[in-house]
Amino acid sequence: MIAQALENPWIRQLVNAAMLLAVINLGVLVLIYLERKVAGYIQSRLGPVHVGPRGWLQSVADAVKLVLKEDIIPAPADRFMFVLAPFFVFVPVLAVFLVLPFSSGWVAYDFSLAALYVIAAGTVAIMGIVMAGWGTNNKYSLLGGLRSAAQLISYEVPVVLAILAVVFFAQSMSLVEIAEAQRGFRWFIFQPPLLVAAFVYMIGQLAETNRTPFDLPEAESELVSGFHTEYSGIRFAMFFLAEFANTFFASALAVVLFFGGWDGLPGLTGALWLVLKSYVLVFVLMWIRWTLPRVRVDQLLGFAWKVLVPIGLIVVLWAAASVVYAGGVAR
Amino acid sequence: MSLEPRTDPNPPTAGPETPAKGPAIDAQALHQEILDLGTQGMVMNMGPQHPSTHGVLRLILTLDGEEVMACEPMIGYLHRGLEKMAERRPYRHFLPFTDRLDYVCSLANNLACAQAIERLAGVEVPERAQWLRVALMELNRIASHLLFLGTFGTDLGATTMLLYAFREREEALALLEAITGARLTYNWIRVGGLPDDMPENWDKGVLAFCDLLESRLPEYDRLLTDNPIFRRRTEGVGVVSPEDAKAYGLTGPTLRASGVAYDIRRWAPYEKYAEIDFDVVVLRDGDTFARYLARRLELEQSVRILRQVFDKLPEGPIASKVGKVLKPPPGIAFSQVESPRGELSFTMVSDGSPNPVRVHIRAPSFANLTVLADLVAGNKVADVVAILGSIDIVLGEVDR
Repeated sequence: MIAQALENPWIRQLVNAAMLLAVINLGVLVLIYLERKVAGYIQSRLGPVHVGPRGWLQSVADAVKLVLKEDIIPAPADRFMFVLAPFFVFVPVLAVFLVLPFSSGWVAYDFSLAALYVIAAGTVAIMGIVMAGWGTNNKYSLLGGLRSAAQLISYEVPVVLAILAVVFFAQSMSLVEIAEAQRGFRWFIFQPPLLVAAFVYMIGQLAETNRTPFDLPEAESELVSGFHTEYSGIRFAMFFLAEFANTFFASALAVVLFFGGWDGLPGLTGALWLVLKSYVLVFVLMWIRWTLPRVRVDQLLGFAWKVLVPIGLIVVLWAAASVVYAGGVAR
Repeated sequence: MSLEPRTDPNPPTAGPETPAKGPAIDAQALHQEILDLGTQGMVMNMGPQHPSTHGVLRLILTLDGEEVMACEPMIGYLHRGLEKMAERRPYRHFLPFTDRLDYVCSLANNLACAQAIERLAGVEVPERAQWLRVALMELNRIASHLLFLGTFGTDLGATTMLLYAFREREEALALLEAITGARLTYNWIRVGGLPDDMPENWDKGVLAFCDLLESRLPEYDRLLTDNPIFRRRTEGVGVVSPEDAKAYGLTGPTLRASGVAYDIRRWAPYEKYAEIDFDVVVLRDGDTFARYLARRLELEQSVRILRQVFDKLPEGPIASKVGKVLKPPPGIAFSQVESPRGELSFTMVSDGSPNPVRVHIRAPSFANLTVLADLVAGNKVADVVAILGSIDIVLGEVDR
């Protein structure tokens, strides 16, 4: 009966999506716990210790608290936009996970334009943030939303350029094929042009995921909490979930693009290798977050357009040249 | 009155001179252009409830996008009428109230108040008490500057600095607790000396803390001082010229960062500061980074002073005898103390009765805050937080 039902492609897709949703939500809970512990140890304190053994139930307790909290919609807010905004931020993050290949067969949906789709779907979240900033009718939120729009649009460009360089090498836009091209430790990170591209990509993603030193949209000491200042309860939880899911996705995508995807030493399943490598990158992002101060908005945009974009363009040219003339194609 | 130190055996320590970086665009002309277009600024309230206004300061900002066109600080949310309260009670009864002025360094307030009463009543303070007072001042200064380092880091988004600074501040507070029994409002300076001698081995604890702090300072430098992002956020931001600094009546590290070597501990030494060898930290740039660095470097000087105190600490009584009812002869007395925020002074007028007729408190934070509005105009919103943080105000003292 169940096997029969799974034959139906529609039901199979639904099951895939449901599984993905569960994996993402659980992953985010783990990530929040990890973030708190890493922050704790970096800041010479313990982090959560009370809820559950070594505090690992803390994120569960937080999730329950957020769901149970009173849902407040401020009186002057634009109700429609205010309610809609969290979905606009949350859904694209889920949507990009659809094409993330965990292993050669472990991908919810793969198609030949996956790399383009990731960029396009991810960009929709900007709209949600601007809607949240505008719809709240709060000046801090508005500033946060505007900062966010400027920042995400600016940093989208270097990220796209970095991905483009990878596409040249892999000769494909399918994320599965990009990862397959790196089989047997021929990781793209070892290619000089793509090493630079990886740096551009990681810095860009740091800004895309609103993390320090680029956490201006929610700069706590300046804008209280930026675009989600007035959000509480489950709506806030959606922003929170989206942010952490985004962080994990950015790292996992970096692994697929530059660090060989599920390629690793034999003994572990490919998917585990991918998750393991992603968590290493996530750790690096947390490390950066808890070490560096925040940049200013003009420095942020200046850095994107005057430094990262030119480097990205050079990398694209370099990658194209090495593919065409030096035969740098991986296969 | 010259603002130069009377005797300055140590030349001012100055950082490498960096050229002043002004904005490339003429902000004034740009504003005029925007006003001509008929656009309106956005008025935004920052505070009194805001994570970075360090208490209940309220700033009314007029914004042009991210840029601040005008800033109007509003104070008084913490006004308790302390000066008036002083007139309604005997001299010594006011000492515990001074804890609530600048609650980050309450010992400096205690001392300034006690000194004014001592001068009014002609009370001598024994040698040992004077030396211990210096030790308490410097330990409290370290605790205060550590709080500044931590909160300044947080203002700029480097949250980890807060925890690192508090780790050491905790040690300093534990030492102060060991001697005074309190961690914030110490109330440990009395007219004529101190209420009690230091506990046994307290000096060893302080010296151990000095070593600990010195070993941790390079960590702070790696985290903040040498961080390129931190430097970019602070260098050339909110520059105060020496002339402006004097005109605004700035004092303390905020003034010395602008290149004026004015420190009460050197200029009008009180207690035993005249017998202690230390550098007055003076920097040239006058920007937000210099104001940060001045405090960071003063930590080293405080450690130096603490070590000398316990080298020279004599035996003897820790308080002189003062009558139960204190009726100073009619007159006026003035005391000056270099608190971590600047020149703190008390003026007390006596008419021979047990209560003072008038008490005036010159709070350094209040004078330092006056420069803020001019500094932030033309800067970004993020700079408001950085500049305000670098002035290091305590609202308990601003509002009194």
